[in-house]
Amino acid sequence: MKTNEFIVKRIEEVLPESEDSKTFVLPYNLKSKPGQFVMVWLPGAGERPISISGEKDGKFSVSLCAVGPVSEAICKLKKGDKLGFRGPFGTQFSIPKDSTSLAMVGGGYGSAPLAYLTEVAIKEGKKVYFIEGARNRNRLLFINRMKKAGAEVLIATDDGSEGVKGYSTDVLKNILKMHKIDKVFTCGPEIMMKKTVQISEELGVPSEVSIERYMKCGFGICGQCAIDEEGICLCKEGPIISGKRALSLTEFGRYRRDSTGKKVEW
Amino acid sequence: MLSTELAGVKLQNPTVLASGIRGVTGASLVYMAKEGAGAVTTKSISLNERKGHPNPVIVTYDQGMINAVGLSNPGVKDAVPELEYAVKNARVPVIASIFASTITEFGKVAEAVSQANPDIIEVNISCPNVEDEFGRPFACDPGISTVVMKKIKKVTSIPAFAKLTPNVSRIGEIAEAVEKGGADGITAINTVGPGMLINIEAATPVLSNKVGGISGPAIRPIAVKCIYDIHKSTKLPIIGTGGATTGRDAVEMIMAGASAVGIGSGVYYRGPGVFKAVAKEIQEFMDTEGYKSIEEMRGIAHEDQ
Repeated sequence: MKTNEFIVKRIEEVLPESEDSKTFVLPYNLKSKPGQFVMVWLPGAGERPISISGEKDGKFSVSLCAVGPVSEAICKLKKGDKLGFRGPFGTQFSIPKDSTSLAMVGGGYGSAPLAYLTEVAIKEGKKVYFIEGARNRNRLLFINRMKKAGAEVLIATDDGSEGVKGYSTDVLKNILKMHKIDKVFTCGPEIMMKKTVQISEELGVPSEVSIERYMKCGFGICGQCAIDEEGICLCKEGPIISGKRALSLTEFGRYRRDSTGKKVEW
Repeated sequence: MLSTELAGVKLQNPTVLASGIRGVTGASLVYMAKEGAGAVTTKSISLNERKGHPNPVIVTYDQGMINAVGLSNPGVKDAVPELEYAVKNARVPVIASIFASTITEFGKVAEAVSQANPDIIEVNISCPNVEDEFGRPFACDPGISTVVMKKIKKVTSIPAFAKLTPNVSRIGEIAEAVEKGGADGITAINTVGPGMLINIEAATPVLSNKVGGISGPAIRPIAVKCIYDIHKSTKLPIIGTGGATTGRDAVEMIMAGASAVGIGSGVYYRGPGVFKAVAKEIQEFMDTEGYKSIEEMRGIAHEDQ
């Protein structure tokens, strides 16, 4: 019978990504797919869902930003420290077989699953435009990794300290007008994702989004991550869904629910 | 053929989405109804909002599941609109699960959820995961169980089911007590234990609450025995709950005395399609064995039937 008890491993490597985020490499063959997530557990600190930022050669990684008590505690961990996880959970991004060019639009640490997807897509012979938006150059993630993987990296920062000054969605608009893109993938702040999907839909390009909600079980029973109005659980029927479907969800880009189930506006 | 009845409330099939499973939002309940649940139950609603325990709150193991979500809910003010949405859109009976820490508060919550007009109110007097906060559940004490149900019946005309804990020496006695208090039915069982899992690499209990209620296939025989005992003590309709994931499991509970069967962890083991699958499997069993109705099978495992 299937179980999802925690697996606890010693961290093999800690890679600094930006001023407030790090990647942790764990020696475990998770058999994950890009877009899926794990529930990461630091005994004593707590547990939270985190996107898988890469997997190869029997190792996988998670990348996180110190934004709350659990992620702050995890970000203090060093090589050799123990970290627990269960998963992988959720749906995956799907690369169309007959596609040639793909565009990624990531915001902040939302770029993590897109970095994983980019590496897989390039291995499959796809051309990838990796668009990343951040507040400033110190908040950018995975840029060198993406360049090394062979992606065409495009950057947008709020202050113009790197790349163009402005939004990643504006960069996307230009790319979609200049090149034939078969599919757009996005992960990051919900308002940014909504804009990304709207731009893609207007230009007739299909898209996929990764929607995050408060999660408890991770395997589709507690109901905490249900999204209106379909009522699907994003840990099980998501987090990856088509952009078109996301736009049809009355909740998408408008509100979410907290740990009690109370609605909170974005 | 699969239809059944709970205190006058008709169900097209005997599967019931158990409380605490995909029951946080109205839309989520409607989704489970569309997936074939004969009735759906909300996550337990309390008067004021409750954050619940911090993660980790739920994991699975070999044959079961352990959880200590801690009765998180937004409180009646925000939960009642979700309930209203479900009542309006589910097209199957909706059961409002309620929880409180005092008799007076139980009355207030029952009154508040009644405004949404659910088909049944399930009175959760048996959650094992908040003992640090509230002490032993009310359902461990026959006297208090009677008083709680009396209070509920005084404030609402909606059928009230008491949800009982298996963690008592004689559950039949508790069943008699809630019947005395005016209960229209019983949901049994709540989770078993509490239990504990320790991760040996981390050398620490897994749940933040350390202990949690056990559910899933591992507890099914305990549930069957409790249903059997309750049916022996009272003829109230029973929603038999506890580890049923297949049609055969459901029939077993019906034969012990259940009129309907709650499905919780089954949603994990078989996905949301579990309701249709279980209903189909019950139907197949009835066809093979020549049973014509759920009522015909109900309680037949008892010697005197």
